[in-house]
Amino acid sequence: MAGTSTVTVESPAERLAVAFSRILRGAGLTTPVGSVLLFVEALGQTGIDSRESVYWAARTTLVRRPEDIPLFNRAFEAFWLGRTADGSTQITETMKLTLQLDTDDDGSDERDSAETSSDDETITLRFSAIETLKHKDFADYTPTELAEAQHMMSRLRLAGSPRTSFRHVRGRDARLDLRRTIRSSLQTGGEPIRRHHLDPDQRLRRLVLLLDVSGSMEPYSRALVRFVQAAVAGRQKVEAFAIGTRLTRVTRELSNRDPDRALKRASDRVQDWSGGTRLGDCLHQFNDEWGVRGMARGAIVVVLSDGWDRGDPEHLSEQMSRLQRVSHKLVWVNPLKVTPGYAPLARGMAAALPHVDAFVEGHSLAAMEELARVIGQP
Amino acid sequence: MADSTMSPGTVAAALEQQGYLCDTGLATAVFLSLSLERPLLLEGEAGVGKTELAKVLARWTGGELIRLQCYEGIDANQAVYDWDYSRQLLHLRAAEASGEARNSGADALENELYAERFLVKRAVLRALEPATARPVLLIDEIDRADDEFEAYLLEVLSDYQVTIPEIGTVRAAVPPIVVLTSNRTRDVHDALKRRCLYHWVEHPSFDREVEIVRRRVTGVSDQLARQVAALTETMRGLHLYKPPGIAETIDWATALARLGASTIDESLVRATLGTVLKYREDQERVTNNGLDQVIKQALQRSLVA
Repeated sequence: MAGTSTVTVESPAERLAVAFSRILRGAGLTTPVGSVLLFVEALGQTGIDSRESVYWAARTTLVRRPEDIPLFNRAFEAFWLGRTADGSTQITETMKLTLQLDTDDDGSDERDSAETSSDDETITLRFSAIETLKHKDFADYTPTELAEAQHMMSRLRLAGSPRTSFRHVRGRDARLDLRRTIRSSLQTGGEPIRRHHLDPDQRLRRLVLLLDVSGSMEPYSRALVRFVQAAVAGRQKVEAFAIGTRLTRVTRELSNRDPDRALKRASDRVQDWSGGTRLGDCLHQFNDEWGVRGMARGAIVVVLSDGWDRGDPEHLSEQMSRLQRVSHKLVWVNPLKVTPGYAPLARGMAAALPHVDAFVEGHSLAAMEELARVIGQP
Repeated sequence: MADSTMSPGTVAAALEQQGYLCDTGLATAVFLSLSLERPLLLEGEAGVGKTELAKVLARWTGGELIRLQCYEGIDANQAVYDWDYSRQLLHLRAAEASGEARNSGADALENELYAERFLVKRAVLRALEPATARPVLLIDEIDRADDEFEAYLLEVLSDYQVTIPEIGTVRAAVPPIVVLTSNRTRDVHDALKRRCLYHWVEHPSFDREVEIVRRRVTGVSDQLARQVAALTETMRGLHLYKPPGIAETIDWATALARLGASTIDESLVRATLGTVLKYREDQERVTNNGLDQVIKQALQRSLVA
């Protein structure tokens, strides 16, 4: 990125590309320098006179996710309208600003590492504190306790039962490893005396976490989102979604190793935090766009919700059964389950229960440990 | 075909000649992929014609279509190259029997064994070989492969070269045309996306879909094509588990044409519903909505547009 400062902006295409990518960055889309250069090349092919050519040249080189298309369209609209009015002075200024953005990026990376290292040092827990915390209801947590709980949750091992992969590794039975056998036969004059074998490999199952962020879950979602973040940052093949009145994928946001930054990004992304719940609709959307298509197939799917739903219970039940049919294991975590005299009276909960493989509590650290155990069961 | 007179317009026209209708966006993406020699990553709903595009590209350019279907656990041995072990073993036996193994020594024997004639070339390696026309390498459903394989592929697609330790580096004189498709069961890694041009393939507009059906299905009347396209379009709005793609529209129209239909009616639709809706729940939803209503709506639509 330091090299950017030596680039001299020459051609109209380059000027256009730099100016537009700056607008995109301002709008919140990430535009790596490599993509901008590719955009310049593309403009060299399409020309910069027709709106349509520029639009498609930009979209094929700068957009990489369909979710970003609406944002891109708005940015392009604004850019194209304001384009001719601006003189060359404007563009010089644009260049400067781009450079500042770049240095800013570098700077924040350094801050990143500084922050994480200081985090590591400051969190120290006394044993007794851990014990009290373990059974305390999440709803009664203070902010400090939340941070401590975060640290403990990141230590939970969420392995899940492995499944047999298509891939093979060195082993003792199953298939003959001809490649290796022939290699070592060279040492014995071409006689395959030492035989090598292959075993099927074991793979981690994908873990999909669906966290209810509606108003009724608020006392718990504060803590549970930390659990979700610890899971996403802690192992491979984890996907996370927030469900409320709409479905939001937050895997990317939560994958940042610094929990505070991750949570901040996720809460910026989720627009319906502490709003209503439409579990059925959200699960429907999840099934259609992600789950049934492949993400939930053979995966361990965990729904973290109190089951209060304003929608049609019939609908929820239908979507749950659909989800159960493709997933390896469907777990429902309900923080209210521990409440004395609790019966799954919430209509949504009652509709979902017949389709659930495991129904567990989710109100305390001890309950999360139990959840980790349930996930680990074959 | 990659000459200076090429433009998105000529690309669209050439693809149309091969029976593939695409909009400006896709035509521009293909044009850029050809002229910048970059891989093209296509994402979109199942059945919108992502794989078909690669096939059509091969027909147009005259290059060989080399398809690599990805699956979980695919590795370099299945995608790039492998050794022909049984022939290697036979060769060893022969060398032993003739006494050659003893005379020439282990090193010479090893060189013989790992020569090109025992090399099994898989899709990626074949795509890098010299050819009269740029081959089309279709890497289908990349989202099914593992991350490790993706990282490996990135290396291949960056320089269009592969290193085989026993033989050396194979480098494409002319880079192949590379089309990757993904159904988005997981996100393809950003590094790979950055290397590629990206296009999200949408369902076609009504008129385009009618045109596609008319071109692809022999013996379909204009009226039937419009009606089928209108029906699938209506179905896409019914929140089905699996909304029908173009592939289903074509299958359905083919089935109806084969049955000698020139216009649709309720009993025909009922009898052929299985070619377009593959879930029991979806079929139920459509029939419960009142099949006659759905058909009536679609018939009106087919007349208006």
